[in-house]
Amino acid sequence: MRPRLKIEKRLVTSRRVMFLASVLSIALALLVIALVFWEYGVDPVYAYSEIFLGSFGSIFGLSDTIAKAIPLMLCGVGLAVAFKALVWNIGAEGQLLMGAIAATGIALYVFPDAPAWVVIPCMFVAGFLSGALWGLIPSVLKAKLRANEVITTLMMNYIASNLVNYLVYGPWKGLKEWGFPYTDKFPSSAWLPILPIGTGRIHYPTLILAITLAVLTYALVMRTKLGYEIRVTGENPDAARYAGMSYFKTVVLVMLLSGGLAGLAGVGEVAGNPSHHRLRYPQGISPGYGFIAIIVAWLGRLHPLAIILSSLLFGGLLVGGDAIQVSLGLPFAAIGIFNGVILFFVIGAELLMRYKVTFEWRKEG
Amino acid sequence: MSLEALIVSLLYDAIRAGTPLLLGTLGEIYAERSGVLNLGVEGMMIMGAVTGFGLTLATGNVWLGLLCAAIVSGLLALIHAFISITLRANQVVSGLALTMFGLGMSGLLGKAYVGIPLPCPLRSVSIPVLSAIPALGLFLFQQDQLVYLSIALVPLLWLVLFKTKAGINIRSVGENPATADALGVNVYRVRYFCVLLGGALAGLGGAYLSVAYRPAWTEGMTAGIGWIVIALTIFSMWSPGRALLGAYLFGGVQALQFRLQPPPPVGLGISPNILAMLPYALAIIVLLAGTQETIRKRMGAPSALGTPYVRGEK
Repeated sequence: MRPRLKIEKRLVTSRRVMFLASVLSIALALLVIALVFWEYGVDPVYAYSEIFLGSFGSIFGLSDTIAKAIPLMLCGVGLAVAFKALVWNIGAEGQLLMGAIAATGIALYVFPDAPAWVVIPCMFVAGFLSGALWGLIPSVLKAKLRANEVITTLMMNYIASNLVNYLVYGPWKGLKEWGFPYTDKFPSSAWLPILPIGTGRIHYPTLILAITLAVLTYALVMRTKLGYEIRVTGENPDAARYAGMSYFKTVVLVMLLSGGLAGLAGVGEVAGNPSHHRLRYPQGISPGYGFIAIIVAWLGRLHPLAIILSSLLFGGLLVGGDAIQVSLGLPFAAIGIFNGVILFFVIGAELLMRYKVTFEWRKEG
Repeated sequence: MSLEALIVSLLYDAIRAGTPLLLGTLGEIYAERSGVLNLGVEGMMIMGAVTGFGLTLATGNVWLGLLCAAIVSGLLALIHAFISITLRANQVVSGLALTMFGLGMSGLLGKAYVGIPLPCPLRSVSIPVLSAIPALGLFLFQQDQLVYLSIALVPLLWLVLFKTKAGINIRSVGENPATADALGVNVYRVRYFCVLLGGALAGLGGAYLSVAYRPAWTEGMTAGIGWIVIALTIFSMWSPGRALLGAYLFGGVQALQFRLQPPPPVGLGISPNILAMLPYALAIIVLLAGTQETIRKRMGAPSALGTPYVRGEK
C-alpha cells in the first residue's frame, strides 16, 4: 500500500476554506520560524511571547502596531489593485519614498510659512502625485513597450532610494544637523495631528485616509465598470482585449492608483511619525513597508477590507520584531525570515483553496 | 596613469564586477528555459555570499566555501521549485518570498562575520604565456579561477542547451510542456534540475562577492545584483553568449562608477548617490533593449515561462 496524493480542482472556493487556509498557513509558517529560532539557540516560546506582548500586549505596543499598520495598509491596498490586474508592482517602496520626498519639498521649501490647513492637504496631494508618477513610468513602459514591470518597478526602488540619499546628504541636508543625513525638522504646521494614546505615534489623518481609501478601493474594484475591467484584465487579458477594453488604460490606471497610495504612505511617515518630521536616509523612513505590503496584500487575498486586518498583523510583527531585536539581540534583517516564510506558506496554501487535496491508498503495482 | 593603463584596469575591474552577474544570469537562463521564473536570485546570491564567506573563514579553504555556497543556494532554489512546480503556486510571489527569506536569513547567519577580514580570499592566477599578451593578457588572463570558470561555462552551457538531447528537452519543457510530456520527457524532473542548477550558480555568484571581489561580509551586500540578473536574463534573450556581454557591460558601469566619484582632476566629482543610480537605470535601459529585440526577432520568452504544468489541464 502506498499513499498517493490526489488533487482535484475546486469549482468554487468558499470563504470558510479561504479563511481556514490562511490561518493554517500562518500557523505552519510560525512553526517553521520557531525551528529557525531554536536552531539559533533562542527559545521560540519566549521569542513569540515577546513578539506578541510587545505588539498587542499593551496599549503602548498596540498604538505602535496601529501606527506601523498605516503605511502597510495604504501600500497593501494599492498593490492589491495592481495585482488584481496582474500588474506586478514591486515598487511600492520607491513610490513611498517619492511621496516622502514630495511632502518634504512642500513642508520645507514650498510652503514653509503657510498654516496647517494649507500645508497638510498640499503634502498629501503632492505625495500622491509623486508616488503615482513613480508608478506611471513602469506602467507606460509595460503597456507600450512590454517591459517587464517586476524589473522596472524594482529598479525604480533603488533609484528612489538613492535620490533620497542624494537629497539628505546633499542639497537638502539640514543646516541644524551635525553630520547626520537628515533634512531640517518640518515647521510644526506640517506635523500631522496625533492621537494622544500609547506611545503617541498614531497620526490619525493618515489612518482615516487609509481606511477610507480601502473602502473606496473595494467599491471601485467590485462595484464599478472600471473595477470590472481591472478584474477581467487580470483573469483573462485576451478576453479583455476582445471585449474592447483598453489594456493601456487599465495598466496605467492601476499603477497610478497603486503608486499614489504608496506615496500617501510616505507622506504619513515623514509628516506624521513624531520620530521623523523630516526626511532622512531611506531605511530610516521605511523598514521595507513597500515589500512587506506585498505579503499584506497577498495574505488579504487582494481584498481591500481584508488587507486592513492583515496590515495590523504585520504592523504587530514589525513592532514585535523590534522588541526581540532588543531583548534577544537578533539583527533587524531577521524580520525578513518571517516575511519570506509566511509568504511561502500563504501562497502554498492557495493550493488548498484552488484544489481539493486528498490522500488515496493504492496497492503497489 | 596613462590612458592605456586606465582602460586596462577598467576592463580588469569590469570582468571582476561582471562575474557574479554572469554566473547568476547563466543559472537563471536555465531555470527560465525550462519554464520556471525564479525571482529569488537576490536571496540565493546573498545566501551564497554568507555561506561562502562563513565556510571559507571556518575551514580556511576557499573552494570548500564556494562548494557549500552552491549547495546551500541550490537547496534554497529547491524550495522555490517545490512551491512553484509541485504546489503550482504563483512563481512571482514565491520568488519574492525566497528573496525576502534569503536576505533575512543571511542577516541572521552573517551577524558574527561583520567586520572580519577574510585571511584566505580567492587570489588571481596568471595564466602562463597568455598573460604576457600586451593589454589583453593583463585584464583577461590575470584573473582568479572563478572568472575563468564562469567564462568556460558560457560555451559549455550554450552547447548543452542548443546541441544536446538534454538541451532539447529543457527547451521543449519550457516551450510546450504538454508535448514534451507526451514525448516521454519528465517535465517535473527537468524543471527541478534546471531550477537547482540556477540556484547553485547564483550561490557561486554570490560567494564570488564575499570571497573574491570584496573579501568581507556586509549585510545586504548583493545590493540588487540579483535583480539585475533577472533583467540581464531578458537582455540575453535566454542565450549564454549574450549573458556574457550584458554582465561585463554592467561590470564596466560599476567599475566606471568608482572612477567618476572622486573630485577633479582624478574623477568628475559626481555625487556618489547619483552615480549609484546608474546600474539600476542601465538595467531598465538594457531590459527595454532586450525586450524590443526579442519582439523584433519574434524570439519571445519561453512560452510556458511562469506557468505551472499540470498533466491534462490547459
